[in-house]
Amino acid sequence: MADLRELYQQVILDHNRAPRNFKELPDANRTASGDNPLCGDRITLWVKVSGDRIEDLGFQGSGCAISQASASLMTTVVKGKTVEEAERLFQHFHGMVTGVEEGNRDNLGKLFAFAGVKEFPARVKCANLPWHTLHAALLQQDRPASTE
Amino acid sequence: MTGTVERTVTGVRTAFDAERVRADFPLLGRSMRGKALVYLDNAATSQKPRHVIDAIHRYYETLNANVHRGVYQLSEEATAAYEWGRAMIARYLHAPSPAEVVFVRGTTEGINLVANSLGRQRVGPGDEVLISAMEHHSNIVPWQLLCEEKGARLRVLPMNDRGELLVEELPAFLSPRTRLVSVVHVSNSLGTINPVKEIVAQAHARGIPVLLDGAQAVPHGPVDVQDLDCDFYAVSGHKMFGPTGVGALFGKRALLEAMPPWQGGGEMIRSVTFEKTLFAPLPMKFEAGTPNIEGAVGLGAAVDFLHQLDWRAVAVHEADLLAYATERIQSVAGLRLVGTAARKAPVVSFVMDGVHPHDIGTILDQEGIAIRTGHHCTQPVMDFFGVPATARASFALYNTRDDVDALVTALRQVRKVFA
Repeated sequence: MADLRELYQQVILDHNRAPRNFKELPDANRTASGDNPLCGDRITLWVKVSGDRIEDLGFQGSGCAISQASASLMTTVVKGKTVEEAERLFQHFHGMVTGVEEGNRDNLGKLFAFAGVKEFPARVKCANLPWHTLHAALLQQDRPASTE
Repeated sequence: MTGTVERTVTGVRTAFDAERVRADFPLLGRSMRGKALVYLDNAATSQKPRHVIDAIHRYYETLNANVHRGVYQLSEEATAAYEWGRAMIARYLHAPSPAEVVFVRGTTEGINLVANSLGRQRVGPGDEVLISAMEHHSNIVPWQLLCEEKGARLRVLPMNDRGELLVEELPAFLSPRTRLVSVVHVSNSLGTINPVKEIVAQAHARGIPVLLDGAQAVPHGPVDVQDLDCDFYAVSGHKMFGPTGVGALFGKRALLEAMPPWQGGGEMIRSVTFEKTLFAPLPMKFEAGTPNIEGAVGLGAAVDFLHQLDWRAVAVHEADLLAYATERIQSVAGLRLVGTAARKAPVVSFVMDGVHPHDIGTILDQEGIAIRTGHHCTQPVMDFFGVPATARASFALYNTRDDVDALVTALRQVRKVFA
C-alpha cells in the first residue's frame, strides 16, 4: 500500500480526474500524436510555439491514470517555458522515472510526483509517452511517438 | 475444505479437490510481493504440473537425440517419445488417428498452416473466408494476409452485446463463394463458448470446410473433433498445462492429403533430387525441420496429467468458480462485466468506472494477484464494446473460491485508491 500511494499520489489522481489543458488548440503550430498500441494509451498534443517559447498547449487522449496525469501535468509545467527548457525537463523527468538519475524537486517541481513510477517498470512507458509526444511535436516529426 | 466443491450432477455425486491439484503445480506455491500468488491469467498461459516439468527434465537426461533419423537405439527411443506425445494429444482431441495431428508451434501456427496451404490452394479472387466478430488476432490476420494476396473478401459473423455469435444470421454469411469458415471455440477475452457443432453442420451443408480455434477450449476438458465434425482444430500446449512453443493441428485426413506442404526442408520429404521432391506421408509432410521434441514430450505429459482428472467434477468446479466470481465481482461499485454469454468458460472480463484497466492491474499486482489487462489481442472486440481495454480474470482448474475472494478484496482496494 505504501508503494501504491507513492505511485498514485494525490496530485496524479487529481490530474487524472480533472485533466488540465484538455483541449484542441486551434492556433497551434505544432502537433503530434503518441500511442502505445500494446497497452492502448494515446494522446494528441497541440503546441503553439512563438520564437523559442512554448506559448500554449493542449492535449486530448485516453489511457491509464499515469499517462493521462503525466500529460496534464506536463502541459501545466512547460507552458511559458522555452523549447530548450522543456527538453531539459524531459531529460530530467525521463532520468527520474527510469531510475537513471535521482529526481529532485528543485529541477522538476510538481513533476517530482512521478518519482514513484521507477518502482513500477511496466508503467514507465505510460509516464514517458506525453513527453516523447511533446518532443516529436517540437521536432515536427511525422511518425507517431511511442514508448513501447 | 476450501477449494472442494461438491455438487450433484445428473444424479452422480462428484467431488473435485482443487487444493490437492494445486499441490501438483510447484509455481503456485511461490509468493509474490510478500503475499501468496493468486494466478488468474490462465487464458494467457497456464502453470505447469510437476508431471510436465519432470517429463521434460527426464527427456533431456535420458532420451535426447534427433527423431526419425538415427538407426541407433537412442534416436529410436527419442522418436518413440515424440510420437507418444502425438498419440496423447490425438487421444485428447479424439482424432481418428495420430497421423491426422500435426505438431506446430501453437494455435497461431496451426491457423497459419491452413491459411498458407489450403487457403492458397482454394481461395481465389472474389472468394470469401468467414470468421467471427470475437476472433483473436491470430484468427484474423492470417486470413487478411491471404485475402489481400488473392483478392478475396474476409467476412465477419456478428455478435450481440452479451458476446454471443448471431448464429441465426449464419446462412446469410455463407455464400457460394465461401471457401472456408474459421471460428473460435471459446473466446479468450469474453469467455463465450460458441455453438461450433451447429456452425460446422451449417457450413458442411454447403460443402464448406471449418477450422476451429480451440486454444481456450482444451484447458477446460477433452474435445471430440469427430463429434464436432470440424475439418481442422488448432490448439496450444502452453494453455493446457503443457510447455510453450508446441501445439497441435488436427486435420481430416482427406484434406491434409490434398493440401500442399507450406514449409520445405528436412523431415517432410520422402526423396529429393534437384528436379523433384516427393513428400513424406502425413503428418510429416507438414513438419519441416527438426521438431520441438521436448515440447511434444511435455505436451504428451500434460495430456497424461489431464487424463487422470475426473472431468465431470472439474466442470462442476469451474462452473462454480465462474458463477461465484461473476456474482462477487459485481458487488464492487462501478464495475461492469464485458461478455455475459449464457454459455461461458471461467473467464471474467470487466471494466471499472473511472479506472483504467492498467491501473487495476498494477494495484492488484501489489496484492500478489496476476490478471491480464489490455485488449487481449482482440481489438475488434474492444471496439465493439466501446472500451479501450478490459481487465480479465481467467480461471483454471487449480483456482479456488479463495482466489476469487482475494480478487474482490483487491478490487475494493482499487476503488479506495481512486476514491
